[in-house]
Amino acid sequence: MEFWFSEMHTDNVKMSIRVDKQLFSATSDYQKIDVFDSAEFGKFLTSDGSVIFSEKDEFTYDEMIVHVPMAVHPHVRKVLVIGGGDGGVARELSHYDEIEEIDVVEPDEMFVNVCREFFPDNACGLDDPRVRLHNRDGLRFLRGKTDEYDLIINDSTDPLGHTAGLFTKEFYGSCYKALKEDGIMVYQHGSPFFDEDEETCRAMHKKAFKSFPVSRVYQAHIPTCPSGYWLFGFASKKYHPIKDLDAKRWNDRGIKTWYYTTNLHMGAFMLPKYVEDLLREEESKK
Amino acid sequence: MAGISFKMAATRRVPQFIWYLTNELIPIRNNESVVWIVIERLVVRMDLEKQKSAPVYEALERFRKQRVVPFDVPGHKRGRGNPELVTLLGEKCVSLDVNSMKPLDNLCHPVSVILDAEKLAAEAFRAAHAYFMVGGTTSAVQSMVLTACKAGDKIILPRNVHRSVINALVLCGAEPVYVNPEVDNHIGIALGMELSKVQEAIEKYPDAKAILVNNPTYYGICSDLRSIVKLAHEHNMMVLVDEAHGTHLYFNENLPVSAMEAGADMAAVSMHKSGGSLTQSSLLLLGENVNTRYVEQIINLTQTTSASYLLLSSLDISRRNLALRGRESFEKVKNMAEYARSEINSIGGYYAYGKELVNGSSIFDYDVTKLSVYTRDIGLTGIEVYDLLRDEYDIQIEFGDIGNILAYISIGDRMQDIERLVGALEDIKRLYSKPTSKLHNAEYIAPIVAATPQKAFYAAKELVPIRETAGRICGEFVMCYPPGIPILAPGEMITEEIIDYTLYAKEKGCSMQGPEDGSLEKLNVLK
Repeated sequence: MEFWFSEMHTDNVKMSIRVDKQLFSATSDYQKIDVFDSAEFGKFLTSDGSVIFSEKDEFTYDEMIVHVPMAVHPHVRKVLVIGGGDGGVARELSHYDEIEEIDVVEPDEMFVNVCREFFPDNACGLDDPRVRLHNRDGLRFLRGKTDEYDLIINDSTDPLGHTAGLFTKEFYGSCYKALKEDGIMVYQHGSPFFDEDEETCRAMHKKAFKSFPVSRVYQAHIPTCPSGYWLFGFASKKYHPIKDLDAKRWNDRGIKTWYYTTNLHMGAFMLPKYVEDLLREEESKK
Repeated sequence: MAGISFKMAATRRVPQFIWYLTNELIPIRNNESVVWIVIERLVVRMDLEKQKSAPVYEALERFRKQRVVPFDVPGHKRGRGNPELVTLLGEKCVSLDVNSMKPLDNLCHPVSVILDAEKLAAEAFRAAHAYFMVGGTTSAVQSMVLTACKAGDKIILPRNVHRSVINALVLCGAEPVYVNPEVDNHIGIALGMELSKVQEAIEKYPDAKAILVNNPTYYGICSDLRSIVKLAHEHNMMVLVDEAHGTHLYFNENLPVSAMEAGADMAAVSMHKSGGSLTQSSLLLLGENVNTRYVEQIINLTQTTSASYLLLSSLDISRRNLALRGRESFEKVKNMAEYARSEINSIGGYYAYGKELVNGSSIFDYDVTKLSVYTRDIGLTGIEVYDLLRDEYDIQIEFGDIGNILAYISIGDRMQDIERLVGALEDIKRLYSKPTSKLHNAEYIAPIVAATPQKAFYAAKELVPIRETAGRICGEFVMCYPPGIPILAPGEMITEEIIDYTLYAKEKGCSMQGPEDGSLEKLNVLK
């Protein structure tokens, strides 16, 4: 039997994963959610036909979006995770004892339930007593929040899909307002490789660059993402991602990781020339 | 308390019919005491089974399957002769762009599928007749005016009418009698037609043939349509309603009364605005006592003889959709607008107005599906907010004027988009708000109509410095935003008072529109 899941990364590029069996399929108010089991990637979840994460490479993403800001910010007490209904980000955050509150804002209840059922290793993050799960729209949740969080992680899926509102200027503005005076926001920055995605990537940097005093971009290798190459944004009111990195402090914590190290942290901000060029170009625009 | 109080219970559905119960309170007077009796009456709105069909659309489907070889226009022959057009619009779309023919009927003289579709539309809108219009709502408005008036006839209009109405007067030679709308001093917009002012106009010009009402306005303001109709009919005048922004009123009983429900004689309904059909398609609705033969002649004076089947089928399908699902859709739109209103008002600084404006006369009712927001209290004009939304936040709204923005919410919107709009407005306040400045408030100067718009349009004109134009007849529009009501219309006498007011408004920073000379140094006047 030939049973393949395929995702079009562009009109002309297709990524396919041989599927052992389909475990779940349903449409929520927000998206169509499917779960498959595969030999190569283990279980993986898709939203409207795009891979959101797989058991095999999920660690890269969750570690990179959590440990990078956590190794920079000296005193994180309160964290907001927008999206993140799978629990992977909350799980990484739960390694840090000084965190007192973690708000996870995931509008799609079905998404949370599916992750709890099929990805208990991620969803266990949601069971940390410091986590409060809010079934609400991210923008709605942020409105009226001022000077409240040390760290905001935008873990929503797709800048073009149903979470488009979380990649906009008003979103960055709301985050800026919701952060304390030395707060950090990290977010998915998409992939700059294919022409189709480049514009979105540029627009995101432009918005963040305009909204925050410090705005840097870092990278990771995530095989199920388009082109396998993924960027993250680091927007901050005060701390610089490299100058303010406290490697010793982080290493003393003894957190077990598979992708992140403090050395890799430095390297992740060293970008290929074409990426550096396009980011600079956006920065120079009025 | 006199007369009959009218209360509608929720529309309920039984298989096949949409019906609702109305409670009518009937007073029984016995000497000094009054006993009210409640009579419940069942009103059937439409036959849902019938509304499930879409005759024009079905005829096109049958026609497509027949694979008829075209030796008629249009010359692109189902797109084969214009591959680039096919790439842009798609094969299905261009293959539906066909000519009138026997199986598809003809809009100029409908006898089969178009007639059937129009009958279904009439039933869905509870009108005596409905006409599919393919020249925009402008063509429906012109058909109304041309039906009601001929050269020399008088027509009573609100001063803030749409341009298409004045243009219709240029075509037919009728004489306008204006009723000045009240202007809200805070938000700076023109309000509805007040019954007392309509009465004054009727008494002054008892020979007027018709009254045109703009209902609801762009901003959602509604006039007391039922009373205006009653008053007009008592004086043998027709009531024409420019209902360009009111398609949805026909499909949800919790919205203001529609023109047909209120007993109006004709209504122009922009199906392509809240009804979901293609741009440029529209409906003309008739009440009971209008001569349909005459209306058809009038329509055919200016209507194309090659009506687009894309537009016609979009009207047909949209009517079906509205009849079957309109109520739920507009309930959703209403709830989204109300939610957005309360969220925007809780930001502070913005005023998203709603039902609280209702005052029983100049704002008789408010269409809550509209989302208009007064922005001056954050120190920004509506136009500035409009530009910021588009340029900085990738959000396109309907328009911005000096004091307000209007976001158009429809059956195509989603909650997450509403959140974006609210979020963007909050961010705009945070980043761009300025100290507030006072709005210039307009007062009204009643116009003196010295020549009909038609005469003014065709007359020889000359540009004269504005200070020297007193006593002359104006040859063009002079409008001042806010509130977007003409100070002068073609054919009106220019007075010293009007000149002073115009220059004062310009000096106060109002946006002046209309004149050929944009700097307003000179005005076009009749020679």
